[in-house]
Amino acid sequence: MTDFGFTLSCSSTLDLGKVDNDKFEELCRLEPGAGVCIGCGSCSAVCPSARLSGMSVRKVLLAVRRGRNVREMLQCCMLCGKCTIVCPRGINTRNLILSICKLYDD
Amino acid sequence: MIYEGKQKIWSEYQKEIPDDNWYYVRSCIRQNFFPASERMFTEISRNVLGKDIYETPHHTTCGGIAYHCDTIPQETVMTIVARQFALMTEAGYENYCPSCITSFGNYAEILETWREYPELETRIREDLWKACRREFKKPKYLAHTSDLIYHWRNEIAVRAKHRLVNRQTGESLRIVEHIGCHYAKMFPSKGVGGAEYPYVLAGMIESWGGQVVDYPERRHCCGYGFRQYHVKANRSYSLSNTYKKFESMEPFHPDAIVTNCPGCPYFLDRWQYVIAEQTGKTYGENGFGIPVLTYEELAGLVLGYNPWDLGLQLHQVAVEPLLDKMGVEYDPEAKYLGLNRENILRPELPGSIRCF
Amino acid sequence: MNEIIVVIGGGIAGMEAVGTLLSLGHTPILIEAGPKLGGHVASWHKLFPDLSSAGELVSRLQEYMKGANIFLGTRVISLNRLADGYSLKLSNGMVINASAILLTTGFQLFDASRKEEYGYGVYDHVITNSDLEAWLAGRADARVPKNPEHIGFVHCVGSRDIKACNSQCSKVCCATAIKQAIEIKEKFPYARVYCFYMDLRLFGKKYEDFYVNAQRDYGIQFIRGRVSEVGETRDGALQIKAEDTLSGKPLKLRLDLLVLMSGIVRNDSIRELSLMAGLETDSDGFLRSVDNEYSVVESNRPGIFFAGACTGPKTVPETIAEARSAALSAHRYLQRTTIIR
Repeated sequence: MTDFGFTLSCSSTLDLGKVDNDKFEELCRLEPGAGVCIGCGSCSAVCPSARLSGMSVRKVLLAVRRGRNVREMLQCCMLCGKCTIVCPRGINTRNLILSICKLYDD
Repeated sequence: MIYEGKQKIWSEYQKEIPDDNWYYVRSCIRQNFFPASERMFTEISRNVLGKDIYETPHHTTCGGIAYHCDTIPQETVMTIVARQFALMTEAGYENYCPSCITSFGNYAEILETWREYPELETRIREDLWKACRREFKKPKYLAHTSDLIYHWRNEIAVRAKHRLVNRQTGESLRIVEHIGCHYAKMFPSKGVGGAEYPYVLAGMIESWGGQVVDYPERRHCCGYGFRQYHVKANRSYSLSNTYKKFESMEPFHPDAIVTNCPGCPYFLDRWQYVIAEQTGKTYGENGFGIPVLTYEELAGLVLGYNPWDLGLQLHQVAVEPLLDKMGVEYDPEAKYLGLNRENILRPELPGSIRCF
Repeated sequence: MNEIIVVIGGGIAGMEAVGTLLSLGHTPILIEAGPKLGGHVASWHKLFPDLSSAGELVSRLQEYMKGANIFLGTRVISLNRLADGYSLKLSNGMVINASAILLTTGFQLFDASRKEEYGYGVYDHVITNSDLEAWLAGRADARVPKNPEHIGFVHCVGSRDIKACNSQCSKVCCATAIKQAIEIKEKFPYARVYCFYMDLRLFGKKYEDFYVNAQRDYGIQFIRGRVSEVGETRDGALQIKAEDTLSGKPLKLRLDLLVLMSGIVRNDSIRELSLMAGLETDSDGFLRSVDNEYSVVESNRPGIFFAGACTGPKTVPETIAEARSAALSAHRYLQRTTIIR
C-alpha cells in the first residue's frame, strides 16, 4: 500500500441507534434510579477519589448508557457514600456502583 | 422526499441574475486542477450563447485562500478586492462574476461588512488610493459563474447534443450535486435555493435530464477545508470527511458528481484513489470510482464537446463509464495525446481503482 | 348592566372570559374568526400533567358560556375610539358599540418549515407537535410510520432562537414533549424514544414528576444537544446530527419519525387590529401589558383588556386563570365608569 503520510481516521461520531442497550436495561432492573440521572455532576464534585483518579459516577453511568465499559474507573471508588448524600434525584449510587461492577464482572 | 417542499424553499431563494455583460475573474487554482473548465465557461457564454464576458489579465487572487488559511488579515483581503473592483469599474462593467466559490463568498462577505461598517469601506478606499491610485464602484450584481450557467441552463438544454440520460435504459442519470461551502452557507440569501437545499446545480441537472441524488451527508464539506488539507498533519481530517460523504452516498449508486467549487471536485476525485488504496473500496460500478465533474465540464459534455478537449483525462477517476452511459463518443487512444495529437506519454495507472 | 363587552378570540381564554362575564350578569359578545370555538386546544388530544382530555375541557367551557352571543367566522374590520368606549365594525356588516373589549386572540405556532435544516415539509417523516397531537387524537397521518423503532423529539424549534426572531421560551413545549413522548411510547412500546433539548424547563406543578416518570418508567432518553441537521436515507428514514454534549461527542441517529416542538409565537393576524386600537407591542413581539407583574391583563388603552397567550406563551391553567381575572377587571372597569357617569 502506498504510504501517503496520513490515513483515514476512525469517526468519533456516536451512532446512538446502534448502541447496545442490554447492559443499561439490565442496570435499570438492578437499580431503577439509573434512568433518572440528569448529569448534574454533584456526585463527581464531592467524590474524594475524583481529584486523584479522575473517577466520576456521572461519567461511568453515561458510559454504560452509551454502551461503553468503563468498569476500571470504579476501582477507585471507596464506597464512602458522599455521592448518595448529594444526589438530587435520590439515586442509590452505592447500589448503582455495585450493580455496574456486577454487570461487567459476570 | 416531498419535492414540492423543496420547490417552495427554492422559490424563496431566487436572486436576480442579469443576462449579459459580466466582468469575469478566474480562480487561483482551477486552471491547474481542471484546465478546461474556465475556458469552457468563456466558450459557452461567448461563442455558444453570444454573451459579453470581459476579463483582464491584470486581475490577481482575491486573497481568499490566504484569508481562510489565517495567514493575512481581512483588511488586506479587502484592499486586494477593492483593486479588483477598480479594474471592473475601469473596464466599464458593473456585474461581477468570479469563477471561484471562495472568491464569491469572500466578495459577499466584504460587501456585507462594508454595508455594516461604512467607515471600513472609506478606509479601504483611502488605502487603495495610496497604494495604487485607483478608485472603484461596488458591483451592482455579484454572481458566481455557476449562477450564470444555472441562469442559462435552459438555453444550454435547447442546444444539448447529449442528455443526462442512460442511453441503454432510457433512465435519468443519478447525479450528486455538491455545493462549495462558501457559496451559500455564510449568506443563504446570496445563493440560488439557499444554504440547506441549494438549487444552483440541481437546476442544471434537472434541466439537462438527470435526477438529483439527495443523501444524508449532502450538506457536508468535501473535506478540503483549507487548513485541513494544507497542513499535512491535518490531512487525515480532509480524507475522513470525504470518506464520510462517499459512505453516505454509496447506497444511492450515483452515476456522477457535479460540483461548483475549485476544491471540492479535486478532493472528491483524488481522494477516491487514496480511499481505494487504503481500504480497497471503490464507489462506482465494477471497480471504478464515481466520476466527478465541474459544472462547466458537465455543460460541455451536454453540448457535445470532445471529452479530451474538456480536460477529463486529468481526472483521477475514470470518466469513461459516464461517457458510455450518456452516449458521448470518444477516442480511447486519444485520451493522453496533447495538442495536435502529439504524444505526451501516458500516466502510470493505479491498481486499486479502475482507470484507463 | 346593559353595556356591551366584546371578547375577540374564541379559544379557551375567550370562552372562559365569556362564561365568567355571563355569571357576573353581563351580556358579552364573542367574535371568532375561525369556524369553531376552542382554538388550538380543540384540536389537541390530552393535557399535561394529568393527561385529561382536551376535548372535554372545551365542552366544559362551552357549557359554561351557554347563552352567550357568538359570531363565528367573523373578523373585526375596523375599530374606532368613542368618548365612552369603542365602535367595532365586523366582517358580517354589524356595528357594535362596546364599553369594553377583551382581547383573547392567542398565539400561532412557529412555522417549523422556517428551520430549513429540519426538513419539515421536505422529508417524509418529519412532523410537528401539533401534527402529532392531531394524530394522537385520531386523525390519520401518513407521515407516522406503522412500526417506528426510533422516534426523536426536538425541543425549542423556533423558541429561544434569535435567528428565528423569537428569543422567548415557549414555556409549554418541554412538558408537551414529555407528554407526547410518553403517549407515543405507549402506542409503540418497542420503540426507542429520544428527546433532544438545550435546557429542560419543567416549572409547573407536577411537571418534574412527569419528567422522572418519562425517564424511569418509560425509558425515554434525554440527550442534551440540539439537532443541527436532518437528512433522508435511501429507504426514506431520517438521519439526524447533534452533539451528545454530556459525552462531548458528535452524535448521529437514524430515526423513523422526528417530531419538532414548534414554539409559541405572536399571532400575526391581529397586527392590524392592535394598530387600530392603538395597542403597544412588547419587545418580544407580543401585546404589551401595563406591566408584567401586577397588571398583566390591562392594556395601555382604557377599557381594553388581555387574557391568555396574546401577551406571551401561557399554559392552559394560566390562560384560564387570566381569563377570569380579565373578566373581573372588565367588570370592575364598567362598574367604575357607570358610577362616574
